[in-house]
Amino acid sequence: MIDPEPLWLTAKLALITTFILFFLSIPLSYWLAYTKVKGKTIIEAVVSMPLVLPPSVLGFYLLLAFSPSHSFGKFLEDYFDVRLVFSFAGLIIASVIYSLPFMVHPIQSGFAGLSPALREASYTLGKSKWRTIIEILLPNMRSSLLTGTVLTFAHTIGEFGIVLMIGGNIPGETKVASIAIYDEVEMMNYDNANVYAMILFIITFIILLTVYLLNQRFSRSSYL
Amino acid sequence: MITCSIYKTLQTSHGDIHLDVLFEIEQGSFVTLFGASGAGKTTILRILAGLTSAEKGAIKFENETWLDTENRINLPPQKRRIGFVFQDYALFPNMTVKENLLYALEKNQSDSIVNELMHVMDLEQLQKRKPDTLSGGQKQRVALARALVRKPKLLLLDEPLSALDVEMRLKLQDHILKVHKQFNLTTILVSHDVAEINKMSNKIIMLENGVITKQGTTAEILIQQTDEFELTGEVITVERNDTGTFVLVRIGDNIIKAPIPPEECLTEGDKVLISLHTTNRVIKKISQ
Repeated sequence: MIDPEPLWLTAKLALITTFILFFLSIPLSYWLAYTKVKGKTIIEAVVSMPLVLPPSVLGFYLLLAFSPSHSFGKFLEDYFDVRLVFSFAGLIIASVIYSLPFMVHPIQSGFAGLSPALREASYTLGKSKWRTIIEILLPNMRSSLLTGTVLTFAHTIGEFGIVLMIGGNIPGETKVASIAIYDEVEMMNYDNANVYAMILFIITFIILLTVYLLNQRFSRSSYL
Repeated sequence: MITCSIYKTLQTSHGDIHLDVLFEIEQGSFVTLFGASGAGKTTILRILAGLTSAEKGAIKFENETWLDTENRINLPPQKRRIGFVFQDYALFPNMTVKENLLYALEKNQSDSIVNELMHVMDLEQLQKRKPDTLSGGQKQRVALARALVRKPKLLLLDEPLSALDVEMRLKLQDHILKVHKQFNLTTILVSHDVAEINKMSNKIIMLENGVITKQGTTAEILIQQTDEFELTGEVITVERNDTGTFVLVRIGDNIIKAPIPPEECLTEGDKVLISLHTTNRVIKKISQ
């Protein structure tokens, strides 16, 4: 029988990462969608880098950054008594960085796809930027929000390289399901590996299927 | 009284246009900005609303300064007491008709104005409908009502009726005139429909390539009482035969044929001005 802990850890990591990214990405995507600042393309490139960079590259640099033998990691340990390397908190930070484009891109194109007149109409009615975002813009781009949320969740479930680099394989702390599969295969427990793998396979399929079904419904009600 | 001076360079498909205008508008008047598309009408309206910035300019509304580029004052649209009606309505798709109106309420403002406006604009039957189930004319009525919820002093209408059919357009013109009087508004309309302008406005500002070419009362600008008529049209073809050179010109839905001197160089697509002298005008009724 398999140990369910890695599955719970994976779910916990994916939920927390998605939650943080959702609230982080809304202002960032809004800024990227509407700003006319020249340096915007640099930020866009940085946000997109996790899409193409090998996870091991990102993991390697985060490992160096978080390590107490380097300045940032030492600073965290000296002043806040926090050690991010080989810890769950470190995994969350790495996941947030690694999944950033999966949340930002759909939301950014959601903002960009809305008619500018919606925003302007709200301003001429005396409403602030925040009120406009919350009551007008976000409710009219629900399919983008849903896509971003679900892709981020599914992508975090599928993380492997970056988790291995900075989290290692500590049961109950950093040993998520994708690592557990690798572990079981290393120990020749193919049956256990298969159970973990099948569970991830099915969950991921159900999640993506749900997104496509819901998006089909949203687009039929033509909110954009 | 509104005084407005604006300078801004506009990038258009025909190259840069320098928008450079200065005008005054009396309180309570109904003014039309009139001119070909690309003349800068909508930009003026947007600068008045604070949605577009001007390179140089000053806008004073009664005692308030809305824009003064020299003193770096530029009130955001939220702080200008305006109602703006967009060409594509800009209704909020996630809200019902009534919710669209309620959203416009200010803090602590009583919602009785919403019911009043729904009554005035004939929206009571539609109040629970979402915008995407409404016709163009219905949407425009909602947009107009929504723009009036905050009781603005200045109503800005950006070609609000151009997408509607004639019948609907006439109805909405009446609605606009009704609220203009009832709410004691100063209204600025962007339009290029001469009949509409004649019916609605008492002052016209005519724009061409970013500058004001004429301004005055509707009667002064639109109605020419001389014996000379000037019509503008577009050359369709130039015919040359034994009897001379003729040009076919399209004026609105009509094509007229006129002789021209052989040395006159006109080609297809040229815009031309035709002057007619007549001392004997005959008008006959053709239908009721």
